[in-house]
Amino acid sequence: MNTPPPMSANPDTLTIVIVEQDKRRALAIVDSLNVTGDYDIHVLDGERGLARSVADLAPDVVLIDVANPSRDTIEQLALASGPLDRPVALFVDRSDAQMTRTAIEAGVSAYVVDGLQNDRVKPVMDAAIARFQMFQRMRVELETTKRALEERKVIDRAKGLLMKMRGIDEEAAYALLRKTAMDQGKRVPDVARALVTAADLLT
Amino acid sequence: MSGTVLKAGFIPLVDAAPLIVAKELGFAQEEGLDLELTSAPSWSTLRDMLAFGQIDAAHMLSPVPVASAIGLLRGLPRLNALSVLSTNGTVIGVSQTLAADMAKHGYPFDFNDAARAGAALARQPRPIRIGVPFLLSMHASLISVWLKATGLIEETDFQILAVPPSLMANAMKNGDLDAFCVGEPWGSLAAEKAGSVLILPGTAIWSCAPEKVLAVREDWANTNPAVTGKLMRAVWRAGEWLAQPGNVTMAAEIMATKGELGESADMIDRALFGRMRIDEQGSIRNAPDFMRFSGYDNGFPWQSQAAWIARNLAQRFGLDVATAIKAAHMSFRSDLYRQNLAGLNVDLPLDSAKIEGAFAEDTAVAAVHGQMILAKNHFFDGQIFDPGKIFA
Repeated sequence: MNTPPPMSANPDTLTIVIVEQDKRRALAIVDSLNVTGDYDIHVLDGERGLARSVADLAPDVVLIDVANPSRDTIEQLALASGPLDRPVALFVDRSDAQMTRTAIEAGVSAYVVDGLQNDRVKPVMDAAIARFQMFQRMRVELETTKRALEERKVIDRAKGLLMKMRGIDEEAAYALLRKTAMDQGKRVPDVARALVTAADLLT
Repeated sequence: MSGTVLKAGFIPLVDAAPLIVAKELGFAQEEGLDLELTSAPSWSTLRDMLAFGQIDAAHMLSPVPVASAIGLLRGLPRLNALSVLSTNGTVIGVSQTLAADMAKHGYPFDFNDAARAGAALARQPRPIRIGVPFLLSMHASLISVWLKATGLIEETDFQILAVPPSLMANAMKNGDLDAFCVGEPWGSLAAEKAGSVLILPGTAIWSCAPEKVLAVREDWANTNPAVTGKLMRAVWRAGEWLAQPGNVTMAAEIMATKGELGESADMIDRALFGRMRIDEQGSIRNAPDFMRFSGYDNGFPWQSQAAWIARNLAQRFGLDVATAIKAAHMSFRSDLYRQNLAGLNVDLPLDSAKIEGAFAEDTAVAAVHGQMILAKNHFFDGQIFDPGKIFA
């Protein structure tokens, strides 16, 4: 755990490890960080031998998605190196609670080497947080769009079924779906889904 | 829904059942609580969600509140255990290669004798790499006391590595681990998908190990006494419900869907009944008391349990044992347990500490009202932990 940091041109260059499986996301994070300064950045996919790989790189900062279960493996390094023993402690500094909270809410957790000054960590964290907030927004947008599309498809199928079976036009079919939804205190897509499922079972 | 909103978190595991049942079967609602449950992807994330106030209560590994009390979680607020959610529930397995070699040397796979299993394991090439879900876990504590008593030394002879339960079967299959200790359904999944063989239930090492606790921030419990009481009662009732044999199948279904355990209802069922399939061929072993949610003194957060965990953590992470025990014993809130559950039909012991490992059989002790039965509390190597002298 006491391996010296890898040689680099400038001894002041921070070494940053990003644990991320998705290559495109990883590249996006690297790009954001490079804008703020000169860092020695390594990307690990976190699948096998993660603890050993991270320990060998002796990074100053490790960034990992809060949703990544491998966080518990990284956490091991913070503990095993003697958490009460500042000089040898590799990771962990939650001294800035506000920053940590913001980071967790944005979906990124960071492990920072002990004794690293806050003004050197802050640009890294700010960039990472902004990037993860963007990931989160994109995910929500994607899910919303996907759901809207699926709902539209199922409503169309339900309308088709009603038109065929009851001999009504499209407008009347939709009105019927909407009235049923209102009467039952449900959403139109839910009523449509129930109808489609029932029809699938009966045919 | 009306009532006080309380946000709580859990990890998708069979032993998250008391929290999930408290919500799904209305025990929380009866207390006027609107329990909102969120699952977390890892123990460190669940701990941080609790520490930073995104949630106010959590299904938590029993060593985590102790670790916070003895300074292992620097920068985080103090966490407390309000009650023990479950006793026991871990399972230990080895790779197909190790199992084959153990079989060759006549190991009987009795799923029972930890001394014999330890001796069989000690013949394997070292260091033996053992996966656990988290370093601050009863899994890691049990492995460390078991193998140390077998004469193996941590780091040189065996290594405890943190591997997320969902990746455990893969790590076994890839040969990244030689053995594991994990909660269900993940052990059974490793047996089914990675050819691993289950060799011991956690009970074979310690028959009465506090596994998961109901954890809160200490300052939250102190400033929200009424909600704390409601939560403790709802969860206690859920544990009682879970202990009825007739409810097991329904509990397994609830856990498969609401507990986010997917298609593993049959494995959940096995864990709840204590009938384990130990290998790919489907050999069955009975594991009495495999996991317990109720009965005896199950929910009572004994200060001696906190002290035992503190000693184990101190030894593993190089802290002073006596200082750690002093700092930790109050992190298990037997005071709040007495205060908030006194109105229910709960047996409360007269003392808040017991001698861990001292009961070879179920044993009657003095209770607040008459007597109560404590569960068999025995370590495989006969060790006895008496914290009394240290508190005095």
